[in-house]
Amino acid sequence: MGEVNPDLQSRVVKFPGGGVLVAGIDEIFNWARSNSMWSLTFGLSCCAIEMMATAASHYDLDRFGILFRATPRQADVMIVAGWVSVKMAPFIRRLYDQMPDPKHVLAMGGCACAGGPYRDSETIVKGVGEIVPVDVFVYGCPPRPENLIHGLILLQERIREESILGVRKREPITVQG
Amino acid sequence: MIEQALANPWIRQLANAALLLAVINLGVLVLIYMERKVAGFIQSRLGPVHVGPRGWLQSVADALKLILKEDIIPAPADRFLFVLAPFFVFVPVLAVFLVLPFNAGWVAHDFSLAALYVIAAGTVAIMGIVMAGWGTNNKYSLLGGLRSAAQLVSYEIPVVLAILAVVFYAQSMSLVDIAEAQRGFGWFIFHPPLLVAAFVYMIGQLAETNRTPFDLPEAESELVSGFHTEYSGIRFAMFFLAEFANTFFAAALAVVLFFGGWDGLPGLTGALWLVAKSYVLVFVLMWIRWTLPRVRVDQLLGFAWKVLVPIGLIVVLWAAASVVYAGGAKP
Ligand code: SF4
Repeated sequence: MGEVNPDLQSRVVKFPGGGVLVAGIDEIFNWARSNSMWSLTFGLSCCAIEMMATAASHYDLDRFGILFRATPRQADVMIVAGWVSVKMAPFIRRLYDQMPDPKHVLAMGGCACAGGPYRDSETIVKGVGEIVPVDVFVYGCPPRPENLIHGLILLQERIREESILGVRKREPITVQG
Repeated sequence: MIEQALANPWIRQLANAALLLAVINLGVLVLIYMERKVAGFIQSRLGPVHVGPRGWLQSVADALKLILKEDIIPAPADRFLFVLAPFFVFVPVLAVFLVLPFNAGWVAHDFSLAALYVIAAGTVAIMGIVMAGWGTNNKYSLLGGLRSAAQLVSYEIPVVLAILAVVFYAQSMSLVDIAEAQRGFGWFIFHPPLLVAAFVYMIGQLAETNRTPFDLPEAESELVSGFHTEYSGIRFAMFFLAEFANTFFAAALAVVLFFGGWDGLPGLTGALWLVAKSYVLVFVLMWIRWTLPRVRVDQLLGFAWKVLVPIGLIVVLWAAASVVYAGGAKP
């Protein structure tokens, strides 16, 4: 969903039954979207190891229908796991732009959220939020797999609140480390 | 009214095709769920559990989401080829199902050259894959598409040889006749030449359905996603659907050719036996996929031409000799 005309909502809901119809469609669409969040296969540094551990046997992200796709064209969620160097930033933005809407970003680890231990370095971007809109910040160095799963579940809940009419909420969710 | 309409052969065929399409789509959803569960258990995970009871609705959610995604056609792509390619891959898969006999008399269209038709129609999909690789104007897609073409063309030959050996035994190219010839547990797999042929056939089909050890066209670590790298949403879903439908068809055809088709213990209808046997074979394919690593591209083609094709030729001669001198399947 790109940006939708903001007063579309009020216009559609004015129709008799319009609100019910939209709510029903939203319910089904959001159920599908939130239960099938395919994420992009890429990791930037140490947090990526923790992300792989979350997807592997012990924590098993596939339980929630989250699997990793190699191409951005088939991904819905981008998990930025690790520090983003200034050199890497344009590529992250490009990957984000290549993903089809509706898309979401989860910043994993202190580095992706705000620069982490490298915050004072001039070669590290101070949080991936400076280059792409982030939905969920999961702090920690690295976040435990439980924390990452918690972030993903919060993201699912956010997706369930979206509507095919409205402009999406942009204020990020924060998960403390 | 409906009776009258069905008397018209055109409407009959259309109704058959629509029914098949529904059955295939449903079957594919089950297969995807099964694949994820099998993968989960092999890797000591659980697989999907949260969507619907025991995760049964997982593939439904995935399918619905793919339909809802934005449909991207990259600017440098050749629009015509890009849009057409998924259909070229999907339609042949649907077309080959038309001659597959599910039970005595349960076949959308039976004709005397069905075995040849299956091979010929299935090959059209290669063109769709090359179109997808070329049309997207992406280097990974192009490499994936060309690899796919090389692989599918090479492995088609052992598969054809294996089917040929079965045709010798059944003395017919109609899939219905082939299945009929195995009635009462005279399954072709019990004849030594055809046992070897079945192995050749399964290895060839493993390669044709792009499954690991032979999933080079989609090798993630080198080619992103191969020929469907640039496809998103519903168009990607069509490739996915075609791949899984193809897997099921490969297994079902193996059942018809080697495992007696709808032949089974009395008490259940034949179609159930056929589907059950196919699912067992699909399980074997999945098992192989999640157990073995990927082969290298030169090993892949070398194996087809230096091992499988010679074995296939020997099997054809062996089958012909045993039909002529030992009476083959006929008593
Ligand atoms: S947050 Fe810690 S573990 Fe994660 S990338 Fe930064 S330094 Fe590595």
